[in-house]
Amino acid sequence: MKFQSQAVAKPYFYAAIGLFVGQILFGLILGMQYVVGDFLFPEIPFNVARMVHTNLLIVWLLFGFMGASYYLVPEESERELFSPKLALALFWIFLVAGALTIVGYLLVPYASLAKMTGNDLLPTMGREFLEQPTITKLGIVVVALGFLYNVGMTVLTGRKTVVNIVLLTGLTGLAVLFLFSFYNPVNLVLDKMFWWWVVHLWVEGVWELILGSILAFVLIKTTGVDREVIEKWLYVIIAMTLITGIIGTGHHYYWIGTPEYWQWLGSIFSALEPIPFFMMTVFAFNMVNKRRKQHPNKAAVLWALGTAVMAFLGAGVWGFLHTLAPVNFYTHGSQITAAHGHMAFYGAYVLIVLTMISYAMPYLRYGQSAAPARAQVLEMWSFWLMTVAITFITLFLTAAGILQVWLQRASDNPMPFMVVQEKIALFYWLREIAGLVFFVGLVVYLASFFVKSEETATVGENESAATA
Amino acid sequence: MSETFTKSMARNIYLGGSTFFLLLFLALSFDTVSVLPERDNRQAITPQVALGKKVWEDNNCIGCHTLMGEGAYFAPELANVYDRFDKNKVAIKAFIASRPVDGIPGRRSMPQFNLSEEELDAVAEFLIYTSQINDANWPPNIQG
Repeated sequence: MKFQSQAVAKPYFYAAIGLFVGQILFGLILGMQYVVGDFLFPEIPFNVARMVHTNLLIVWLLFGFMGASYYLVPEESERELFSPKLALALFWIFLVAGALTIVGYLLVPYASLAKMTGNDLLPTMGREFLEQPTITKLGIVVVALGFLYNVGMTVLTGRKTVVNIVLLTGLTGLAVLFLFSFYNPVNLVLDKMFWWWVVHLWVEGVWELILGSILAFVLIKTTGVDREVIEKWLYVIIAMTLITGIIGTGHHYYWIGTPEYWQWLGSIFSALEPIPFFMMTVFAFNMVNKRRKQHPNKAAVLWALGTAVMAFLGAGVWGFLHTLAPVNFYTHGSQITAAHGHMAFYGAYVLIVLTMISYAMPYLRYGQSAAPARAQVLEMWSFWLMTVAITFITLFLTAAGILQVWLQRASDNPMPFMVVQEKIALFYWLREIAGLVFFVGLVVYLASFFVKSEETATVGENESAATA
Repeated sequence: MSETFTKSMARNIYLGGSTFFLLLFLALSFDTVSVLPERDNRQAITPQVALGKKVWEDNNCIGCHTLMGEGAYFAPELANVYDRFDKNKVAIKAFIASRPVDGIPGRRSMPQFNLSEEELDAVAEFLIYTSQINDANWPPNIQG
């Protein structure tokens, strides 16, 4: 850690991990409800559990992005963070607001929550992923603005690098696009059209800038490859991201009342969306192969390479599988979509946050470049357990999705939704088992934080040269 | 990447490419919004439909169902439920109103939302309005 103020990243990372655990627990509840329909009913209906699952994901990833920024930006800008106090204040505001929202979901019927929080004044609730009460959304805007101000002032008054400028661009886009969550017209088509300006332009747009810059930072630090080379790659990757991804929004405009020309535009451009992810994979492996030093934090390098591969598979390959309009006509809103969503979020965003945590935590916790060897081994085990588990979750959901599409939409005698759900229950059971394995991986990950620190320091900078 | 492809070339592709496609996207979105009146069934939006959308949102229906394929995949598609119920509005209202409070043992069941008659009517009207949006003939068949 080069600057004292980088330490504010630590509470953000701990909060992210804590909420991650909550997300996975609710994921297990949802998986169970898929096969035992009345599980926890009526106390925690499916819609409530799902809202908790997805909202926790979004919030912990945001905590992760913010923590990553607070760690990365001072180091890149070569100055202390503009205001560590503001960063800490916003941390508590965001955590309390987030926790209250989740508690609200669980303790009060959603309609009552809407009434209590004044949804009648400015209705923004009840839309997928944007279920937060309007007042929480306003809180998110305040936190985002304060955060941007803090990070922006640090970048603009310090050394400007491609990494911190691209990160700042991504974060600004994140904040600006979130404002569309306040636009909720009665006209359903307009509602859906601009809802995607938040959802798609986040995860297939500006979030990829954040992902790219964090990955570039970790690769610069762990491989020692010339910054010029890495920054050139970063530019090319984000160029392809935005060139394909912006018009790629069209793959959500096939069946929601928008004109048919989106079927062509969406198909062509989103078919190109795997390109930046493939480049990211090539980039990460290239940089690690060309490394000029052996960084002792081998776990961080594994997480980084894992991000590059899994983002390509989840976002790139599984996205491409159902993105062409004639295919999507049959697969839209099926378990295929769920399969893609799980692997893409894990591969791209869960893993990049865990990469950054893995890289930064040893500096934040012990003031050393790497965690104890045994902690790293546990981290690597957790990487493989979670990654293999999410791969199987994705495969089982894909199998369920193919059967669902066939039985419900493509066969000569299409069956009703609920009949089909029962016929494919076997795959939901298998998915739940894979989910339990994922949870075991997560527990191993948590355990890696409790390895005693006395054993550190023995992992030298040259020791692992044999693996080069 | 080779030395002939410089960092400033990469930066120019990024800035030029993203600006161009952002502007193209804005132009296309503008065009889409301008042709929507012919497709989005807006003439059917009554105060009752507006209330129905509010009821739909206030009860987080999208947390289980899909609507035009978007939402959760736990319960049936509802953009075409009006057609699936043989255009029987009464049947839609009766289905929602009759959900057992404690669910159905071992099975998925829609919660009992205790909607008023006015709200039931409104949400049914909202689903009727939705069923008449021109969504390029999706879903493939009546099962959704």
